[in-house]
Amino acid sequence: MTNTILRKRRLIPGQTSELVIDAPHIAAKARPGNFVILRVCPTGERIPLTIADADADAGTITLVYLVLGKTTAHLDTLEEGEAIPDLCGPLGQPTRIRRHDGPVVCVGGGTGIAAMHHIAKGHHLAGNRVTGIIGARTEALLLFEAELAGVCDTVVVTTDDGSRGRRGLVTQALEERLRDGEPAAEIVAVGPVPMMAAVSEVAGRFGVPCLVSLNSIMLDGIGMCGACRVAVGGETRFACVDGPEFDGGLVDFKELAQRLTAFRPMEQQSYAEYQKHHVCRCAN
Amino acid sequence: MCAAAPTDRKRAKAPRTPMPEQPAGERVANFREVALGYAPDMALAEAARCLRCKKPACVAGCPVGIDIPGFIAALADGDPRRAYAVIRQTNSLPAVCGRVCPQETQCEQVCVLGKKHEPVAIGRLERFVADTFLADDACEELTGAPACPAGLEDVRVACIGAGPASLTVAGTLAGQGIGVDVYEALHEPGGVLVYGIPEFRLPKAVVGREVAAMRALGVRFFTNWVGGRTVTVPELLERGYRAVFIGVGAGLPTFLNIPGENLIGVFSANEYLTRVNLGRAYAFPDWDTPVYPGRQVVVFGAGNVALDAARTAARLGAERVAIVYRRTENEMPARREEIHHAKEEGIELFCLHAPLAFAGDANGRLVSVRLQKMRLGAPDDSGRCRPLACEGEFCELATDMAVVAVGTRANPLLPRTTPGLATNRWGYVTVDEETGETNIPNVFAGGDIVTGAATVISAMGAGRRAAATIAGRLLA
Repeated sequence: MTNTILRKRRLIPGQTSELVIDAPHIAAKARPGNFVILRVCPTGERIPLTIADADADAGTITLVYLVLGKTTAHLDTLEEGEAIPDLCGPLGQPTRIRRHDGPVVCVGGGTGIAAMHHIAKGHHLAGNRVTGIIGARTEALLLFEAELAGVCDTVVVTTDDGSRGRRGLVTQALEERLRDGEPAAEIVAVGPVPMMAAVSEVAGRFGVPCLVSLNSIMLDGIGMCGACRVAVGGETRFACVDGPEFDGGLVDFKELAQRLTAFRPMEQQSYAEYQKHHVCRCAN
Repeated sequence: MCAAAPTDRKRAKAPRTPMPEQPAGERVANFREVALGYAPDMALAEAARCLRCKKPACVAGCPVGIDIPGFIAALADGDPRRAYAVIRQTNSLPAVCGRVCPQETQCEQVCVLGKKHEPVAIGRLERFVADTFLADDACEELTGAPACPAGLEDVRVACIGAGPASLTVAGTLAGQGIGVDVYEALHEPGGVLVYGIPEFRLPKAVVGREVAAMRALGVRFFTNWVGGRTVTVPELLERGYRAVFIGVGAGLPTFLNIPGENLIGVFSANEYLTRVNLGRAYAFPDWDTPVYPGRQVVVFGAGNVALDAARTAARLGAERVAIVYRRTENEMPARREEIHHAKEEGIELFCLHAPLAFAGDANGRLVSVRLQKMRLGAPDDSGRCRPLACEGEFCELATDMAVVAVGTRANPLLPRTTPGLATNRWGYVTVDEETGETNIPNVFAGGDIVTGAATVISAMGAGRRAAATIAGRLLA
């Protein structure tokens, strides 16, 4: 049945999971950079999630999510064999993937690593050399290291506490890479807003074009409501139809970060009430 | 008719039957319908006022050409079932039209009675008929058979978008046995009827019943399918659909292009109404979609959408709601009845002011808007007085929520992914006005994606024209 969860993998117990979903009509069209909008129940909210992988032959898409509020918590209660009631996509402009002589550096942080994976894979399949740089606070929170090894020529891992890879931030590894390595053709960054802002700043200093994938608040995802608007180069753009990827050097990250807080009190209220009534059936 | 003349005159003088309404003080605290609908005796009394003109001007004033005297006569004869069948011959969404059509500028404006007295309340009667006989056995009314036709399985038509234009195409074709599949991007069919028009003017249950009536006729709805993304027009033709109808609306919101527009608390009308209507944010937290709770709300624009947003804000508990408009109340494009309802509900009309800039606090939240005082100048080409700035006269309005309701543009998503589809310079799809056909054979379009933002009924008119052409070809 369409939208059925075929496989579920708990990547970080209680926090991040991966779903492989039977959605042939979306899988046939999904390109790196695309996202879906889903709803988990008839009274649910529409939320966007980036497509972490797609297999047109198998008719599946892969989603990776961080449990952050009511909708993702509810999504996390779905198990293999159950279906997501509403799943809509693929949405957004696909990543512009061109053949480059120099390597492409893909930087990922947190759950963004999963979305970055699909983009890195796209560059790999296009014949580009890809350097992956991924980071997390600590080893247990790292995602997709093995998957990235399959599509990257090099994977650099950083952790804040040094529990895996190099101690420090992805931006430090990126700076070093740009300073000492072969000149990069392009940088792609997906992760938390402060990380993408910092990566864009480093990229700017080295004069390397930098794409960032923005996670603004969305409602319809098809350009109708304007909730996702972001200031790019002083112009208002819609992340859902003009993006979600933009030139990191031109994005007003401060405004983006502020707009992401717009509904925070209500999101907290909704999540708190959900937790009060929900009996956890997580096996971990 | 001569013999009936004296009675006619007496009937005509009878006052128009008022519509029962929820009292303003009560309704402003709930999302239930404002207008409650006629009771049977009221409908009979109102139907009796109709003169049954031989050359009815009202029919010509209806974009879908409902046999208005015919249905009113059936109603006056005490046969709402027949009245419903008459309406359904040309209108697939009577319960919707009876609520949201601008009857006062269409059928009722040209009603002969209106010249000396008050016009027949045609819209209210249509609503009464539709509500009395709501479509659960629509197939019987349309086909005369209790079981629905199996459908001409090899003759299928695809509609993109499930708003009024597509629903009309679907309802009309399905009634003739043609199979219709409707592809809708959102999770619920209805388009603007479910995301845009508030519950207090058009309950979603009413839209749901109209959609159920179409399902009963064999129409299939595929929700969460984005035309131009999940499926494209060329693919639909390749899959064997004999015709494709594009009814995707004109969704892209227009903003004011003034400083501070991305502050938290500044919404497009589309976002605000979609959160509250489609997402049922008025029922938060039982429903998950949140909306920003405005206390001092300012709405820009003066059409029906602006009024819907303002009245919604009042119902969500705002202390003050002001509609800021650069002209005067006389120029407001919204329906008079809705302006009247809004004023009753305490909505302020802050006329002759235009927005200059929004100001926010350190957290990026809206705190005020700076306005330019305006005056009316000489009429321009459109015949409306041109608003002119009063030099040096400004004011500052405190506000924590602003809704921008100044119109929409064509959503480029579908035209962009339909190679060769002709559009005009504003991005709207161009069609043959008689047939609704685009420059691509067997691909039709209608509604806001052709005309720009207009009314539900004009979209339905376009749907009817396209359906007539499609049926003519497929059933020939």
